[in-house]
Amino acid sequence: MRPPQTALPQTATSQTGSPAGGPPPEVAGEPPLPASARIDLDSERKASQADEVLDALDRDLVGLTPVKTRIREVAALLLIDRVRARFGIATARPNLHMCFTGSPGTGKTTVAVRLAELLHRLGYVRKGHLVSVTRDDLVGQYVGHTAPKTKEVLKRAMGGVLFIDEAYYLYRAENERDYGQEAIEILLQVMENQRDDLVVVLAGYQDRMDSFFTSNPGMSSRIAHHIDFPDYTGPELGSIGRLMLAREGYELAPETEQVFADYLDRRREQPRFANARSVRNALERARLRHADRLLAHGGEVGRDELVLLRPEDFLSSRVFIDT
Amino acid sequence: MRITQGTFSYLPDFTDEEISLQVAYALDHGWPCSVEFTDDPHPRNSYWEMWGLPMFDLKDPAGVLLEINECRRAYPDHYVRLTAYDASYGRQTTALSFIVQRPGNEKGFRLDREETSDRRVRYRMHPYALDRPEGERYAT
Repeated sequence: MRPPQTALPQTATSQTGSPAGGPPPEVAGEPPLPASARIDLDSERKASQADEVLDALDRDLVGLTPVKTRIREVAALLLIDRVRARFGIATARPNLHMCFTGSPGTGKTTVAVRLAELLHRLGYVRKGHLVSVTRDDLVGQYVGHTAPKTKEVLKRAMGGVLFIDEAYYLYRAENERDYGQEAIEILLQVMENQRDDLVVVLAGYQDRMDSFFTSNPGMSSRIAHHIDFPDYTGPELGSIGRLMLAREGYELAPETEQVFADYLDRRREQPRFANARSVRNALERARLRHADRLLAHGGEVGRDELVLLRPEDFLSSRVFIDT
Repeated sequence: MRITQGTFSYLPDFTDEEISLQVAYALDHGWPCSVEFTDDPHPRNSYWEMWGLPMFDLKDPAGVLLEINECRRAYPDHYVRLTAYDASYGRQTTALSFIVQRPGNEKGFRLDREETSDRRVRYRMHPYALDRPEGERYAT
């Protein structure tokens, strides 16, 4: 998944690393390097500290191969652009507006947060904060209310990433006097004119985003990256669950593993399955039952009892009772 | 006559880039910025018209510069200033304020002399611009 890299002999002095989290020092003011100069991509990469974010992405997020690939490609492009700039090769700023589509709970928001941090480290955005909004934050309630409201959100997001969750709600086809259209127009204008100042990420479910783009072709063409978040497979959901448990300081007892896998398989068949979010909810309920079981049992407990989730914590779930 | 007031009044006018740096300084200190305009630049006219509300929760100067440019576009012949407020004292305190746009032809002031009782003389500053109605004062 790593972008192709060539190790070049280092003859040009590469820039020194900046303190963690800060953008690398600006190179714009320096005179361009001579055409014969060589730059070591590895040390450039290290200086950008982008790998930390990418590795964290790999580590913390299970599956999502197409997403990770695309984000790695974006990171590689920005890094190469920076190196090109040092030779004085003019490059237009790449368009990084994105659209994340996928079922609920596939990690769209989580990836957006990581993306903001990554773009900041690569010097594409100046601050790297994420402003997450929905229709309510953009669209006003009466004539003349929408434009200031949308602009305020855009101003807050400048220097970072604006994440519009369930973006298709902005456009309501059934009501042509809906103020959502006004918000979309302002958004388009800023996406086009202030490309240097913010990155807009739209997110939503695939089918509804498709119809949103059909009715707003201008929006679709201004977004370069349409990234689809695939549903998780059973084993992936299992490892997501284990990651979540590890973070909360719980473990599955060996005999629970199979029960948990069964649980996930059954839950996936049911309506309103929301991928990682459903796993989280299932684990929350298992924790409740675990606590209840311990109290009902009474007596002394050790560390193991407090940490291990046993099969009965899952077996009493509605998912198993219904069948 | 070139009007000077506020922070950096002794310096030449800032470029947009320099304005951005000043705004970044204000935002880094947590001071919300606000854009104001007027065509009555009398030194005792402290209350200029507000261009929208003060901008809270901004992280980056680009948003402030956007509003400054909007205001410049709407009032090309007015004075426009940027004000940054420091709320940490528990009251609205101007921490930074400087002019970001001035009309091309600044008309200046004249001194009016008025004789009152007992041969006393009073002086008055009168901006030439005020001889014309509001909105047309600096129109070319």
